[in-house]
Amino acid sequence: MAARKGDWVQIHSTILKPQERSEHLPEDTKNVPFEMRVKGFLVNESAEVGDYVEIETLSGRKIHGKLIEVNPKYRHDFGEPVPELLKIGIELRKILDETER
Amino acid sequence: MNNYSYQKIMERKNEIIKKSVGIDYEKFRTGGIAFDYEKMMQEVGYSIEEVRKIQDEVSVGRTPLVELKNITRLVRKISKPGKGARIFLKDEACNPSGSFKDRRASLSVFHAKKNGYEGVIAATSGNYGAAVASQAAKRFLKCIIVQETFDSQGIGQPEILEKGRACEAYGAEVIQLSVGPELFYYSLVLLEQTGYFNASLYTPFAIAGIETLGYEIAEQMWEKEGKFPDVVVVTHAGGGNITGTARGLIKAGAKNTEIVAASVDLRGLHMASDSDFNRKSFTTGHTGFGVPFAVFPDRSDVPINAARPLRYMDRYVLVTQGEVFYVTEMLAQLEGMQRGPAGNTSLAAAIAIAKELEEDKIVVVQETEYTGAGKLPSAQLTFARKMGIEIKRGDPLKEDKPGERIVIPENPSQIEFIELNLFDLKKSYIKEIMKRNNKYKFSEVEIKFISEDIRLPISETIELIKITKEEI
Repeated sequence: MAARKGDWVQIHSTILKPQERSEHLPEDTKNVPFEMRVKGFLVNESAEVGDYVEIETLSGRKIHGKLIEVNPKYRHDFGEPVPELLKIGIELRKILDETER
Repeated sequence: MNNYSYQKIMERKNEIIKKSVGIDYEKFRTGGIAFDYEKMMQEVGYSIEEVRKIQDEVSVGRTPLVELKNITRLVRKISKPGKGARIFLKDEACNPSGSFKDRRASLSVFHAKKNGYEGVIAATSGNYGAAVASQAAKRFLKCIIVQETFDSQGIGQPEILEKGRACEAYGAEVIQLSVGPELFYYSLVLLEQTGYFNASLYTPFAIAGIETLGYEIAEQMWEKEGKFPDVVVVTHAGGGNITGTARGLIKAGAKNTEIVAASVDLRGLHMASDSDFNRKSFTTGHTGFGVPFAVFPDRSDVPINAARPLRYMDRYVLVTQGEVFYVTEMLAQLEGMQRGPAGNTSLAAAIAIAKELEEDKIVVVQETEYTGAGKLPSAQLTFARKMGIEIKRGDPLKEDKPGERIVIPENPSQIEFIELNLFDLKKSYIKEIMKRNNKYKFSEVEIKFISEDIRLPISETIELIKITKEEI
């Protein structure tokens, strides 16, 4: 997807390669890079996802990275109905109802 | 090697922190590992009257203290005759950004503004980010929040994604990082590059900001019931919550109130592990912070941590993830309050504690937090299931396995706690000091300091030092 100057985008960059990371890390973490994602407004005239671009962040900093998303969406949600939770309210009210009687 | 390499930045750590916090911590040191804690809190902090005034300016604090009448009724139903203390809850979700963290942030941001900083930076994956962002918006400062958000697959923890969204809603820049303690390194890079104030969770400002919470609990309870609470249960992670709340209670005169710390039991999961990161359904209020920060507070992002949990803890109890989700549902369905989940850790513990206490006793759950997408039990459990975690109804104390199985109680009688031995924690504290400083002999000043820092009489402290030394 193409982005134009001023579009709200998200970039990615690697801050530390595995060999540059802190010494005291569990093995699984030691083997992967230390990465960053930041959002901001595109400074370049235009760009495609995958391009190395410049953005202006919400605090007004200008930083570089690989364009990974244009109009980045919030994808976290309320989840699905969870059967293990659905009857808790009914069960608890029943215990209190019996107290009343 | 470039100027911003890991090594170079860590070499400049003290210099960067001094400039970004504006505190010369060295002047509080009294020799060796010792420092004058109260002097630091007095000289750098603000009095409770000043804090209240600052918080009133930005509508922080003075939240309702709500009696949980239906939950108390339920607890009595499952307790032995005559048992079942009354449970009250301090509804901190009523603060501007939805948690008690507004109290911490209000003072840090006020202080940053007063001292002419252009912006604030906070390294936090918790509600504190939204709190700093909200306060910065009110005080017209720029704000950057640094979060540990993703694993190496690029999968974000839903609760942290939600907290990031909230920060952006208040106009803050959010730096989302992958798993690892280098978050601290990158915060230093940003502090140096921007010259912003370090709104650390662990400065005297951040702790003084919470004192009003304990103070209000004491005041409100006195007004409602003519007495101070018998027990206050505090969700415990980095130690600021318990330190500030207990100090506030004491300042209000509630010196005999028992302070119980409560954390979610995530023992066995490594906090810096990329593969364990998304196997947790709680991102704070858990043992991964609670235990290490109790036994070695000075692992924080400032040279001397103003949060000293062992000074104030009377008990430390653990509850399981499944119990906290269960009581989160309970709070919504019986009291009409959708809150949490992490803040409800203390609610789960309070229910278990109330069962053992006489009916005329009063237990206060000291906080709530806003909830919503990403944070709800349904959001977290849907995510956990996708990560391969087993979810079932059952007896949490028998079947819970952090990172593998979440067990939702089948009935309220199964809400119980695991009590950690405080003496063991105090011993671990001494062990940490010995190992980190390669030091096994302590001066009189240091022994007095340790004795205060772990709240143990001097004679017992000397004995504990001796035992610990022999064990190492």
